Amino acid sequence: MTIFSEEQAKAILDKALKASTADECTASLTGGNEGNVRYALNNVSTSGYVSDANLGVHVAFGKRTGTATTNSFDDKSIAAVVRRAEELARLAPENPEFMPAIDKQDYKPSRTYNEKTAGITPDYRAQVAADCIESCRKDKLVAAGFFTDSDEFSALANSKGNFGYQKSSDMNFTCTVRTGDGKGSGWVGRNLADVTKFDAKSDIQTAIRKARESVDAKALEPGKYTVVMEPAATAGLISFMMFGFDARSADEGRSFLSKKGGGNKLGEKMFDERVTIHADPWDEQAAVLPWDQEGLAREKTPIITKGKVDYLHYSRYWAAKQGKKAVGRPGNIIMLGGDKSTMDLVKSTKKGILVTRTWYIRMVDPQTVLLTGLTRDGTFYIENGEIKYPIKNFRFNESPAIMLNNIEEIGKPVRVQGDESPLTMMIPPMKIRDFTFSSLSDAV
Amino acid sequence: MDRRDFLKMTGAGLGGLAIPAFYGRAIAAEELLGTIDVATKKMLADAALNAAKAGGATYCDVRIGRYLRQFVVTREDKVQNVVNTESTGAGIRVIAKGAWGFAATNDLSREGVVKATAEAVAIAKANSRLRSEPVQLAPVKGVGEVAWRTPIVKNAMAVPIKDKVDLLLGVNAEAMKAGANFVNSTLFVVNEQKYFASTDGSYIDQDVHRIWAPMSVTVIDKATGKFRSRAGLSSPRGMGFEYLDAKPADHVELPCGAVVYRDSYDMKADAIAAAKQAKEKLAAPTVKPGKYDLVLDPSHTWLTIHESVGHPLELDRVLGYEANFAGTSFATIDKLKEHFQYGSDKVTIVADKTQPGSLGAVGYDDEGVKTQKWDLIKDGKLVNYQVIRDQAHILGLKASQGCCYADSWSSVQFQRMANVSLQPGRDKLAPAEMVKNVENGIYIVGEGSFSIDQQRYNAQFGGQMFYEIKNGKVTHPIEDVAYQIRTPEFWNSCVAVCDADDYRLGGSFFDGKGQPSQSSAVSHGSSTARFNGVNVINTARSLG
Repeated sequence: MTIFSEEQAKAILDKALKASTADECTASLTGGNEGNVRYALNNVSTSGYVSDANLGVHVAFGKRTGTATTNSFDDKSIAAVVRRAEELARLAPENPEFMPAIDKQDYKPSRTYNEKTAGITPDYRAQVAADCIESCRKDKLVAAGFFTDSDEFSALANSKGNFGYQKSSDMNFTCTVRTGDGKGSGWVGRNLADVTKFDAKSDIQTAIRKARESVDAKALEPGKYTVVMEPAATAGLISFMMFGFDARSADEGRSFLSKKGGGNKLGEKMFDERVTIHADPWDEQAAVLPWDQEGLAREKTPIITKGKVDYLHYSRYWAAKQGKKAVGRPGNIIMLGGDKSTMDLVKSTKKGILVTRTWYIRMVDPQTVLLTGLTRDGTFYIENGEIKYPIKNFRFNESPAIMLNNIEEIGKPVRVQGDESPLTMMIPPMKIRDFTFSSLSDAV
Repeated sequence: MDRRDFLKMTGAGLGGLAIPAFYGRAIAAEELLGTIDVATKKMLADAALNAAKAGGATYCDVRIGRYLRQFVVTREDKVQNVVNTESTGAGIRVIAKGAWGFAATNDLSREGVVKATAEAVAIAKANSRLRSEPVQLAPVKGVGEVAWRTPIVKNAMAVPIKDKVDLLLGVNAEAMKAGANFVNSTLFVVNEQKYFASTDGSYIDQDVHRIWAPMSVTVIDKATGKFRSRAGLSSPRGMGFEYLDAKPADHVELPCGAVVYRDSYDMKADAIAAAKQAKEKLAAPTVKPGKYDLVLDPSHTWLTIHESVGHPLELDRVLGYEANFAGTSFATIDKLKEHFQYGSDKVTIVADKTQPGSLGAVGYDDEGVKTQKWDLIKDGKLVNYQVIRDQAHILGLKASQGCCYADSWSSVQFQRMANVSLQPGRDKLAPAEMVKNVENGIYIVGEGSFSIDQQRYNAQFGGQMFYEIKNGKVTHPIEDVAYQIRTPEFWNSCVAVCDADDYRLGGSFFDGKGQPSQSSAVSHGSSTARFNGVNVINTARSLG
């Protein structure tokens, strides 16, 4: 168990700061326990448990900086890691974009810790696997899934008197269910702050139903379709777009948020006016630490308000250069919506396609954030408000900047975890017109 | 590539502390040259092997690893980050009661290793209750005490940081002088010092080296708001710093005018070319979508091979072990039995863990199997997969092919891709000759955007540079090109592959797979190849 209390963490960080002879010293201490269970072909394949903590020390002599880390916390190791950081700083060239250590920050605690989630046991994990496997075996289906949870802490301090400490916990579950003949595949994912709200036996039924109902999919012609996207289907596109919300790239002219002739599109209306996205470390359902990777305090930040670009991330260097205030980089994105469920959106659809999830999303053209990827594990044709039949998967070539201008209806946001994004997200199901599918995939 | 890990390392705005956790502790440069004494490693390994047997394990392997990594990250005239990391520890894997168990520790005392071994045995016994059948391990004959080292000329870890910084800043200056608005360049150096021991009687000490020097050059037309980037044309390699020595003999000028590189890389020359070509991209006409004959340079083809041949022929994917994340494979075992026509008779694709200079080359894999070379696709027909010891029996094979790898001492080893390469054509054929009879085609150089479905049927690839070919001649650069394929149709449309003189390696430094994700490095070689009638789309859009 590598969880340090606030006092223990502070004592270690103080030792590091005291050991430093550099002009400035910043130290961070993070650690915790991460457990997981992985299963495939209706068998548990691996189960893991990693317990570790790391002390990172970042020092500066003038504009020369060095970083070193250690996972030993005796006095000798702490002194040694500071010395190594100082040695590296002396070897490093001056960084013309050097920024001094951050001033003392005012961190308002957020509810990132849930005792029940932090207390998940190996037995609980095994039971999640068993619940999925047994349900599938019984129905002659094949389960492959992954359940992971963490119990962590994060602490930081610097030579200017800044200090922060907070505990956090998390759980994430995904399971793919395939029919024995490989003709049908369904998926379910659940990312929650509070594990008591998780019910593997109930969730697995979603994947089971989709696996069964997706057998013998028909091929539709590629083209532009009205789509009902489940939250997991757009999370990857929206989080990809967020990489573009960087002020420097926009000002430098190499982002979809750059303006012709120079400058950026901050304040411009670029999306449907029903699109409102903000970041809020204190959000009840999607809380994140109240500081970012650099220790800068996060704030409740409007990102897109009624379709208008309301935020670009200014690094401390770029903020200073542009005369702006630097705030912590958002750790979550919360998209507002209504009360309707995905199935409510299906009911109001005359003709369209229901997309469970999207996969292997990559940038095709950063100029327009054109992304490509594929639908997967449950794609269905909708007619007159009903799911009519399964259809073959499609490849899409679509820009989220275009997609968020083609909104028909927005449902109720749910918490989701993207395959490749560090953000905690609240994303609603959405009905979108003219979504571009460019080719068919035979993959099930 | 695992995009998340790459972004963690190079992403703009990263603070000095933003070292990805899996790279372990950061260390001073002078510590990068040491190794752990072999006798110490053998003592620790024997302690683990004995403890495993005493605990009732029928098999045990121990990996004692010291993983060193160095990154130098620059943009224009600035060094953004210099990081040295080391991660040291031992991973112990056992079979007890017919099931696998694994535990790892960074405590390299005898007691620490014995304790982790006991944990691994206990986990195996606990897991045995959940298994429907016992693990079957293909036999491996112990090799005693042996050693293997990547045949490097210059250990990149020994090159002073100042020389690396000077090189990258020099490259950036050349790009800026040539008209770039922005340039990012990075150097990644990896040294895996791996000691493997098993109850089969092997004690294998390996010293593995890799290097990668990627860059990206961007030009901007302020008036139109248009920007274009051109990535460097280097390959990550299993080589030392000699890869950056820029031998003139390794420059290859293509019929489209672009210069690519064989076994050493002229980063400065490529930076100058990149600035010029990025400007050309700004002005190039947009492609008309439709069917084209594609002439693919090896600097591009490696990624298509990786995604559409390398991954679908991993047996764990075929069987369903990766179904929840990376996916399964269209190339099912019944297709192996019927020798499925994967490609045309011009297509022979081999897996090879021995190829000198490649990212995947090692003497022995991470379960002590001597590495080898074998056919995956022979004259177009599917003939084999990539397997490890506990999978061999499923194909009726008597031995593993040596494809097991773990990205750290603390990760469980599992099946990873070997170097998978398209073999050169048998007939004499140079790219200039190949172009001569292409009527309506596109020449593609460098890797670009890539995406493929979870069974590896439908893929889409971009590139760095695209040139129109009309009536046997390369005419001019074009833009906004991506091609879409269905894997078997694509490989069956291969009508010609250039000869061995044109063979070059590309590769991926960070190939992600598994849950939790592990990263591996793998090379893919080919000669220039022609594919007829491929569907090309136009990727230009307007945001209004």
